Amino acid sequence: MEIAHAISTSSNRRLWKTAALLCMLILPLAAVLYAFLVLKYDPALVNLTERLLPVSLEHPLGTDHLGRDVLTRLLHGFKQTVGYGLIALLAAVVIGVPIGLLAGFKGGLTDRILMRIADAFLSFPDTIVAIVLAGLLGAGIENLLLAIVVVKWVSYARLARSTVLTERRKDYIMMARINGVRTGRIMTKHLFPHIIGHVLVLASLDLGKIILLISSLSYIGLGAQPPAPEWGAMLNEARPYFHSNASLMISPGLMIVFVVLLSNLLGDYLRDTFDVKKEVQS
Amino acid sequence: MSLLEVKNVCKTYDSGAAVLQDINFTIGKKQCVGLVGESGCGKSTLARCLLNIEPIDRGSIVLGGTPLHNKKERSLRPYRRHIQAVLQNPSAALNPKLKIIDSLMDPYLQFGEQTELKHFRYTNKQDFASQLLEAVELPAELADRYPHELSGGQKQRVTIARAISIEPAIIILDEPTSSLDVLSQASVLRLLDGLREQLGLSYLFISHDLAAVHMMSQHMMVMRDGVIVDQFDKEELFAADRHPYTQELISMFE
Repeated sequence: MEIAHAISTSSNRRLWKTAALLCMLILPLAAVLYAFLVLKYDPALVNLTERLLPVSLEHPLGTDHLGRDVLTRLLHGFKQTVGYGLIALLAAVVIGVPIGLLAGFKGGLTDRILMRIADAFLSFPDTIVAIVLAGLLGAGIENLLLAIVVVKWVSYARLARSTVLTERRKDYIMMARINGVRTGRIMTKHLFPHIIGHVLVLASLDLGKIILLISSLSYIGLGAQPPAPEWGAMLNEARPYFHSNASLMISPGLMIVFVVLLSNLLGDYLRDTFDVKKEVQS
Repeated sequence: MSLLEVKNVCKTYDSGAAVLQDINFTIGKKQCVGLVGESGCGKSTLARCLLNIEPIDRGSIVLGGTPLHNKKERSLRPYRRHIQAVLQNPSAALNPKLKIIDSLMDPYLQFGEQTELKHFRYTNKQDFASQLLEAVELPAELADRYPHELSGGQKQRVTIARAISIEPAIIILDEPTSSLDVLSQASVLRLLDGLREQLGLSYLFISHDLAAVHMMSQHMMVMRDGVIVDQFDKEELFAADRHPYTQELISMFE
């Protein structure tokens, strides 16, 4: 009985999680459709006659100090913040995973050199790297992304390496060698499928952190530059109007919270889906 | 003319312990040579050395006139097609993330183009996999399953199918039945014996099971602590002048 109960509650919880995830995906989709099909504003269009307007049907979230439609800017911000976050993440994965694969599979000197390099990168906090790069190369979203990639690839390299280390001693890798499979193909065909699940989980959890980083550094002026509709930059621009028009700061703030939460939920969901325990049972 | 010639092979671990000492034997074409010994005596190490997974310290391993020992992986690869293996634990020998068909196709994808197959014909992946599965008496629809959906005996048949897929000259069978239940053991042994006849294969059959080795092989070797202490033809197993250790093994089976 107890076991049956435990199973049903855990599957209930899973159902709720899935439902919450779906809602969170549908909600912004609906907003995007409304903004792009019905409103059709230019996110950078300055209209000083319409500045700081309150909420209305034409401007569902009002307008900012330059008369730009806030909802439109928020949704374009999706493309900016989430889009840049995804680009940085993808670059980190594309750089990190092959390095980790190589280090784990080759072992020996290759492994030691690659992992010491990784350690060196890991020893810098990401915010510091971003600030230093902004100082050296100038503030801007490209340099911010570069800073994120420089810091983040290490965790993917480590993840790939640790998975390879546990797998490479197994018989099926030895059989692949006996069967004449080339090293590169052993990595892509035999080892990569073992890594991809873990990478997806880590990446979806990382996405939230990266978005926070992009927003916070844009907020202090080191990332996206105005008039880019990036959420952190919008927060910064809205600061002087906080007392009269608090919604100008609250709405991009909520967007950040929403997306970071979504990324964490997605990460949890994927972790459950790629559950390691399940594989052991089977 | 012998197919595989092993001469004076010695191997010592880094710790200084000798695992293989002066191993000598030959395997002829279409012959099955059995190797008996207790676990830990060096049988599997010998198998890995023959398969060039581990290097040897001294001696030579010659396959069909070509020395194979301690070659670089790159120059070795073309010869891997002639020497294949079936290992003890089929669950470990199949990648759990790959479908059966993808594991099965590994050798052919590497060597298929240089190989004239006599018994199998490649038209497409699906058809080739069906022929291989049929050869090991498995239904063709298993091709699209994952390893965990198969029984131990079925998995071992899959690894056998993979080993024969490029019609190698010799297959190293390292305890191929010891992780299976008694019924599967008998049927897998029968299958292996039949395939040897049908495809003209040679085997090195490694096992701790004296009876199985006696049933499968024409020639037998007994190994103890890294040394081959006794070599004889199958019929001479019960001869009076057998090595004391061999007689000890026989008495354990009676």
